[in-house]
This record gives sequence, C-alpha cells and structure tokens, in this order.
Amino acid sequence: MILHTAILITMGLISFSILLNLYRMAEGPRTLDRVVGLDTMYINAIAMIVLMGMYADTDLYFEAAMLIAMMGFVGTVALSKYFLRGDIIE
Amino acid sequence: MTMLIIVLLPFLAIFPVWMVGRRNRFISMLVAAATSASALVALATLAPAVMSGEVLTSSWPWIERLGLELAFRVDGLALLFGILILGIGTLVIVYAYFYLHDDDPIGSFYAMLMTFMGAMMGVVMSENVLLLVMFWELTSISSFLLIGYWKHLPAARQGARMALGITGGGGLALLAGMLLIGHIVGSYDLTTILASNELILGHDLYFVALVLVLLGAFTKSAQFPFHFWLPNAMSAPTPVSSYLHSATMVKAGVFLLARMHPALSGSSSWFVLVTGAGTITLCFAAYVALFKHDLKGLLAYSTISHLGLITACFGFSTKLATTAGVFHIMNHAIFKASLFMSAGIIDHETGTRDARVLSGLRHSMPITFGLATLATLAMAGFPLFSGFLSKEMFFEVAFLSMDNPLAGEIRGYEWLFPVLATFGGLCSMAYSFRLIGDVFFGEENPDLPKHPHDPPAGLWAPVAILVFFCVAIGVAPFLFQGFVFVVAQAVIGGPAPDYKIAIWHGLTPALGMTGVAVVGGALLYRNWRSIHSFHTRFAPISGKVIFEAFVEAAVASARRLTAWFDNGSMQRYIATTIGFATFVGFLGWYQLGWTPGTLDLTLAPPVALIPWGVLIAATALTIRFHRKRLAAVVMMSVVGLIVSLIFIFFSGPDLGLTQLSVEVVTILLILLSLYVLPQWTPRESTPRRRGRDAILSCAAGLGVGALAYGVMTRPQQTISDFYLEKSVPEGGGSNVVNVILVDFRGFDTMGEIAVLMVAAIGIVVMLQGRRPVRPNDVRPLIEERFPVMLTTTTRPMMALILVIAFYIFMRGHNLPGGGFIAGLVASVALIIQFLASGKTWTNKRLTVDFARMGALGVIIAVCTGLAAFLFEKPFLKGGLAHVHVPGIGEIHLASAMSFDLGVFMVVVGALLIIIKRLSEYHGGDDDEVESMKDRR
Repeated sequence: MILHTAILITMGLISFSILLNLYRMAEGPRTLDRVVGLDTMYINAIAMIVLMGMYADTDLYFEAAMLIAMMGFVGTVALSKYFLRGDIIE
Repeated sequence: MTMLIIVLLPFLAIFPVWMVGRRNRFISMLVAAATSASALVALATLAPAVMSGEVLTSSWPWIERLGLELAFRVDGLALLFGILILGIGTLVIVYAYFYLHDDDPIGSFYAMLMTFMGAMMGVVMSENVLLLVMFWELTSISSFLLIGYWKHLPAARQGARMALGITGGGGLALLAGMLLIGHIVGSYDLTTILASNELILGHDLYFVALVLVLLGAFTKSAQFPFHFWLPNAMSAPTPVSSYLHSATMVKAGVFLLARMHPALSGSSSWFVLVTGAGTITLCFAAYVALFKHDLKGLLAYSTISHLGLITACFGFSTKLATTAGVFHIMNHAIFKASLFMSAGIIDHETGTRDARVLSGLRHSMPITFGLATLATLAMAGFPLFSGFLSKEMFFEVAFLSMDNPLAGEIRGYEWLFPVLATFGGLCSMAYSFRLIGDVFFGEENPDLPKHPHDPPAGLWAPVAILVFFCVAIGVAPFLFQGFVFVVAQAVIGGPAPDYKIAIWHGLTPALGMTGVAVVGGALLYRNWRSIHSFHTRFAPISGKVIFEAFVEAAVASARRLTAWFDNGSMQRYIATTIGFATFVGFLGWYQLGWTPGTLDLTLAPPVALIPWGVLIAATALTIRFHRKRLAAVVMMSVVGLIVSLIFIFFSGPDLGLTQLSVEVVTILLILLSLYVLPQWTPRESTPRRRGRDAILSCAAGLGVGALAYGVMTRPQQTISDFYLEKSVPEGGGSNVVNVILVDFRGFDTMGEIAVLMVAAIGIVVMLQGRRPVRPNDVRPLIEERFPVMLTTTTRPMMALILVIAFYIFMRGHNLPGGGFIAGLVASVALIIQFLASGKTWTNKRLTVDFARMGALGVIIAVCTGLAAFLFEKPFLKGGLAHVHVPGIGEIHLASAMSFDLGVFMVVVGALLIIIKRLSEYHGGDDDEVESMKDRR
C-alpha cells in the first residue's frame, strides 16, 4: 500500500519535471538547451514507464522503457552531431 | 478440357519461346510453330462434332459474383476463326523466322505473337461475354506491343499508341455494351444472350447497348471514321501486318458483329448503322487505296475496304448476306495474308515498298510474281479465284437489299447500295491492276536499293500454301460449301439459306456488276495518272493529324483542370484537402445534428493530465518555432514521445514501440535533409492567408474532436472483438496486432512493403547524380568529425540493439514486437555507425547490398503467401508448427514468421538505402573531395 502511494507521489514529481523540461525547451535560449531538454525528457519518460509497470505489476512496459532509452540516445546523438557539425553522416 | 487446352497452349508457350529465343532463334521458332500447330490439331479433333451442327461448350467457375466464368464454346464461327488464327499463325511464325533480321530479338517477338494468338483464340471461343471482352483487350495490348516492335522508329511508337488508343477505347465501349446486354438478359452466357433476340430488341436500352457494341466492333475492324489507326499500324514488321492487321485481329470486329448477330440484328437501327458504316468504308477505303504508293499502305486501305464489305454483309442481315460475309472473312484472310507476305518479300529483297520505284520485277522474282499475281486476282475477285465467289454473293445481296424491309430512315435511297458496291468493286479492281502492273510489269528499275532476286523457300512457301487455298476454293467451291454453311448457321442462328456456291449462276445482276467493275477498273488503271493528278489537287485529310491534335487537346485540358486546383503550391493543396474534408464533415453535422453519446465518461487519472498538457503545449510550441527548423524538430520529437507514452499507457505496446522507432528514424531523415536546406523558413504568406489557414485547421481539428467524442461515448460493436477471438485459433498467435499484420490483413502488409521498397528506389533514382544546389549555412562548431567518445559507445550499443531487435522479432507473434519494429530497431543500430564513424568507414565494413536485401524481402513475403497454395489454402493463410530445440526449448514456428522475416528485410533494406543515398547526396565521399582539391 505504501509502495503504491510512493509510486503515485514519484509519478507526480516526474510529471512535474517533464513540465520543467518543456519549459527549458520553450525558453531555450540556445538550441543546445532544447536538445538537452529533450534528452532529459526521454529519461523522465523512461522513469514514468517503469513506474507505470511497477504500479500495474507487469513487466510488459519494461521493453518500451529500454527502447526509449536506446532511441532517445540515438536521437540525442543525431541532434548533437547536427548541432556541432551540420552533417550527421559525414 | 480440349477447349481450355487450345486457349491455354499459346499462353503456356510465351515463356519458353522468349527464353529460348535469346540463345537459339531456330528452336524458338520451332517451339512457337509446334505450339500453334498442336493447338490446331486439338481444334481439329472437335471439328467433326461441330460440322454435324453441334455447339460444344464447357465452363469452369471463376469470379462468380461478377458473372465471370471461364467458359468456352466451339461452334462453326469459332471453328472458322480458330483455323484461320492457328493456321495462318503457324505460317506467319515460319515466315517471320526468315523475315526478321538477326539483330531483332526474335524471342520477344514470338512471345508477343503467342500472347496475341492466345488472346485471339480466347475472343473467338469465349462463351462468357465478359471473358470475351477481357481477351479482346488483351488483343489490343499485344497488338500495341507488336506494332511498336521496332522501338527505335518513332512512327512505330506513334502507330502503336494510336492503335491502342482507338482499339482500347473501343474495347471500353464494348465492355459497357456487354454489361448493358447482361443487364437486359440477366446472364452473361452467350447461349442465353443469343436466344434472347426479342427481349433485347424490345428493351429501352437496346439502342445504347447496340451503339456501344458497334463502337467496339468498328474501332477494331477499322471502320470509317475509326479506320486511320490501321494504315499507321503498318510500321509493324510485315509478319505482324499480315497476321494481325489483315487476317485476324482486325477480323475480331467483324467476328463480334457475326457473334452478336443473332442477338442484336433484326432492327432498323442495326441495318442502318452497320450497313451504312460498312458501305461508306468499302467505297472510301477502296478509293484511297488507289492512290497509295506504299505497298503496305495500299494493302492496308484495301483491308479496310474489304472489312467494310464484310460489315455491310452482316448489316444486310439476310441469310444469304451473312453467308456471304462469313465466306468473305475466310477468303479475305487467306488472300490478304499472302499478299502482305508478298509485299514483305518485295521489301525484304529490294529494300523498298514504294510502287513508284518498283518496276519490272517479273524477271528477277518470278516465284514472287506468280504467287502475288494469283493472290491479287483473288483479291480483285476474278473468276476461278476465291474472292470472286464471295464478292459475287455480296453484289447479289447488295442488289437484293433494294427492298429490305428494315431500311427505316433511309428508305428511298436503297438504290445506293448496289451502286456503291459496284463502285467499291471497281476501285478494288483498279488498285489490284495497279499493284501487279506497277510492281511486276514495265521496265526493270536498275536503281533499287538492293539487287532483287527470289527469296529463300522459307519466305515464299507460306505464301504458296495460302495461294493454293485461294485457287482451290475458287475452282472447287463445292468442297467448302458445307463448312461455310455450318459457320453461317452460327451467325444466322438458324438454318443456312437455300443457295449453292458456284462459279456460274447464269446471267444475274451480280454478274453484270462484276462486268462493270472489271471494265471500269481496267479503264481507271489506264487513266491512273490523270485521275491521280486530279486527286492530289485536294488537301489530304489525315486521320493521324486529327487524332494527335485530339490527344494533345485532351492532355492540355487535363493539365488545365489539374492546375486549377493544384498549382504546385503545397499550402494550397493541403488547404484544399483539409477544407474539403471539413466541409464534408460539417455537411453531415448540418443535416443530422450532433449529440453526445450516452456512455459514462471515464475519469482522467491525474498522472495522465500532465503529459496531455505537455502534448498540447508541445504542439503549440512546434507551431511557434516552425520557422526555426531545428527547434521545430525538437518540439516534434516531444509530441512523438508523448504520443508513444499514451499508446503504451492505453495498452497498445506495439503501437508505442513502433511510434518510438519511427520517431527516431524520422528525425534522422529530417536532419539529413536539413543539412541541405536553409535553417530558417522565410515568411512567405500574407497575414490574411495565415488567418484563413488558422481558421481552417481549427475547424478541422475541432470537427475531428467532436466526431471522436461522439463516437467514443456511444456503445458500439467494434471489429476488434472478432480479431481478439480469432487471433489464436486462426492466426496462431496471441499478439493480435501482429497477427492482423501478417495474417488477417497480410495482403495489405504485402502491398505496403512493396510500396516501401518502391519509395526507396524512387529516392535513389531521383537523387541519382545530383548535388545540392545551395550549400548549407551551418558552420561546424568543432573540428573533430568523429569524437572518440561517440565511436566507442556506439560499437557495443550496436550489438546490444541488434540483440534486442532479434528478440523483438522472434517473439513478435505472441507478444508485442514483430518484423516491422524489429526492422526499424535494427536499422537504427546500423545507422548510428554511420553517424559515429562516417560513411566511408561504415561502407567499408557494412558490405551488404541493401537494395538486394529489400527485394529479397518482398520475394520471401510473396513466396510465403504462395506457399499456402501448396496446402490448398487461400493466399497468405498461415500455418504453424512447434519445434523442440535442445538447449533453447520450445520454438513456435508459424509461417507468419517467414512473412515477418520478409517484412523485416524490406524495412531494413529500404531504410538503409534511403539513409545511405541521402548521406551521399550531401558532399560526396572523401576521395571525391580530395580529387576536387587536386583540380584546384
């Protein structure tokens, strides 16, 4: 029971940090800030999914978390590469 | 069964003939000739039954709901045409072997000829009229290919296009006509239709159906005013002209008249339309033929004229007239095929077909001279030749038609028929005289392009066989009378007339008309020069020019229409589409009103509210940043991420996983394109226009929202229950999404992967040899191209991601996953290597041919589908098996897995092709940059 309450509170906190990510992305000021904001949002999304899995007591969600981790990494790498070099596949 | 074999044999020969033709021309010819000869033998086994008056039919069901059956019929008419098609076909195959140059690909020629032969047999033997139309169109297409056989000649391509345009268009009219007749009669079976003459004639739609069917027949048989495609089709190789455009295909039109005669004739509209078209064509074409210098052109117009004669016979519609028509079909096919072959020989041996250049060939080409003269006499209708008999019959029925009860609107002008018939016969005499006189008599022309001599026996022997029949029929008509009457019975739909085909009937009006024609023709030929100079005073009317102008006008107006709503502006295009969809939606709302449903609303969990808020905010931010492209891409990723979270949250893990992978691949593609695009979108539209777009999109969005709300608050029976229920027992997998993709809707998936492959190939082709016009305005911030941190992390990442891709693939049938997601994930694993280490490094190590991989994927998917046939199950129906592998455990093998493998390979192949191509588009590889530096 206490676990459920804890999970719900954590979910609320994570949601709040997603809002903060969005704020960073909206404000910038540099594009690099937005990219970092997106990457952090990926991480928060992973946390959200894992929490959802724990709450619903199923491991079906974990692969989604793993996939977000991988895809988020690739997305961020591509954006950073573009930011630094302009051409992502040189 | 024999009938099915007869029709199928030529089709079965297409591939062997084609393949063998590349290696050995002779064997290719033998196979083709043997095929048509054996089909002829098979047909001959049916002949005794047909000759005793039977109508043989047999049928197999095909698409029953459409009334389409694989039904065949052999009666006298089909027998006559079958003998002509297969018999003359065999001779043409032999002739073509000697005629075609060694450089001409003979395999594809025979393949097309076999296609045509099969299609033509299908037309004449169809018992189902829809089947008939299908084969009909196939003859148009194969004729198109054969006319354009010499692809390098512009005239051949134009002629082919024109023939397809006219005969194909006529075929569409015919289809409409047949559908109408089917509607009137209630059946597409020929037997039923032919027995429903009164029903059809009494129906309100009779006239429409008649005109549509006649359009089909007249375009195919080159009747005025659709005649001009035939002379232009003469750019085909001569064997094609002699086979398709004199003996068989153009006869399909008159065949149709004969076939439908029992059902459609007997009205005054039939009489006026058919006889009118036939008589006009007869006279007009015979007159034009008189002034053609090209031998094939002359013969083409002569063919049109003779087809007009046959059409007129069926128009007169009496027993004797139809018998004359049938008889003339047979005679004309034989003498005209031999004449075309003779013209081909002359062309082949002298290098020209121009009657003004050719002269005095009787000395150098005695065999050709003899054969061509006999065939020409048959064409002119001289006594003791086949053409004489049928032409005499035609003259007689033209004379008798002066008191035809069906004359209708043209009553009072019936005297025109015998007059016009005599005029046609007269011109026909004259051009026959000219054909022989100009080419073979007179002084020998020493300046011919080649030194003329008689051809090898392979070229003249087929002509000799045909000429033998011309003479045999002419001398001993009683031998053929029985056969002709059996054919005529099929056209009349009753007993044959009381008539005896004979050379001498006494002093009849027809004999007088023949006499006038012979004398007049001879006089005409004597004064040909003065008549020709009179004729050339008038500007020629070219059907070709009119047709081309018509085509161009049609294209131009189609362009104008398209430009009216799609002027190339993406904004306008989207605005039109969304605007129309909104309009349609609001129309429904306006008419029926909108009420919310009665279901209780689900309480939104508070945790979910924030992501939804983020989704809306991110969408708004995408719009706010849309000019700053990179920022917009970042914002779009947020939208994608939240959407996949929502999918996962609402128990759609497959969708979530797919959305995630698609998201990343999309970002990669957009970033690749952004490199060659400006970083900022300029402000292009006026405030008014932006306002319009805003209103439009808000209206569309709110409308969709209202629709969704209305639907989701109502109780409903969705299709998902069906899938949930049937997934395991019928698809063999518990992951319903995957089972739908690879089994229930496997056909869709197959189409989609094919589209994906086509798109990839399209991108490759469109970017072929191109470089970006404007250089990018992104300045690199760091010098290091491949940071060590990145390269080092991506190597183990690749292995990890590939393992996950494999895992997702393997369990896809029962748990979230499958070939599509696995393909996306695996592609990402490979693409990050390009990202981290550059394309030169990666290409050196990743030597897979991805185009081949994708193509192989499509093939695997198709083969999996076909494999179901082996178990006598419908296409793509899945099967399953459980295999125990020591060490790993139970493995679940569904045929769906091999289909999924195909999907996987296509996804990986297509994505990698696109990514590699786009990256090459950028700056060329390093070597190229180096070499450019050297040049400076």
